[in-house]
Amino acid sequence: MQLAIFIIFAALALAGALNLLFQRHPINSALSLVVVMLSLAVLYWSLGAEFLAAAQVIVYSGAVMVLFVFVIMLLNAGEEERTTGSRMAYIAGIPGAVAVFALLSYVFLRESTTIGNVHLSSAPAGAVSNIAEISQVLFTKLLLPFEVTSVLILVAILGAVVLARKEGSQ
Amino acid sequence: MITEVPLAAYLILAAMLFSIGIGAFLIKRNIISIFMSIELMLNAVNLTFVAFAHSRHAVSGQIFVFFVMVVAAAEAAVGLAIIIAIFRSRRTLATDQINLLNN
Repeated sequence: MQLAIFIIFAALALAGALNLLFQRHPINSALSLVVVMLSLAVLYWSLGAEFLAAAQVIVYSGAVMVLFVFVIMLLNAGEEERTTGSRMAYIAGIPGAVAVFALLSYVFLRESTTIGNVHLSSAPAGAVSNIAEISQVLFTKLLLPFEVTSVLILVAILGAVVLARKEGSQ
Repeated sequence: MITEVPLAAYLILAAMLFSIGIGAFLIKRNIISIFMSIELMLNAVNLTFVAFAHSRHAVSGQIFVFFVMVVAAAEAAVGLAIIIAIFRSRRTLATDQINLLNN
């Protein structure tokens, strides 16, 4: 069951990411990013993080991607023209990305026995539900950072309004 | 029937998504697509956090992901506002033509 869920949604996430890479029109990239985020939400759930799965759907594929789609619509973004671009991006960048992937997978595979396996029902013994557990830590030990993020969001909203305002309209 | 997935599979999936994000970040010419590939990389790192939180039976990794999500939402709002401002002044989204500091 766990294996089937993982294979299906990992394949979906990879297909979405590759589609993001190869599509030329930003709206197609945006919609394939939504597919990636939704399949990641399912993978979070299979790792026992129900709260994050819900937050992923609501915050990322709900709020952030709607913002992206609105901006693409607002700016009437068309297909990106094929330019020569920078040669450096192809010469150094692509091997660099492959090297990052190779290094990471080498480390993960070598330590594979140490980090163990994933069971669908391997909740820690005596654990309450995931949301209760998270909120207990969040509202006792990490109350100050949690409140500071609300200030951060307020500043971000004000900054977005100021930046996107039409010039000259005081 | 195998019912377990090695945790390394999740981590390698995250590494793949991250590398695809790097590639898209370098290849794409549209500023919105570049911004979306940054979001893809953030998501890949979040998957690593959740996988390790699961394997260590620690909830702090999930809380870290929660904070990353909050900051990413704020970052998306500000970044898209900057993109709108750039489009207003330059009338283009192609990063090749946004070279104010270059001449």
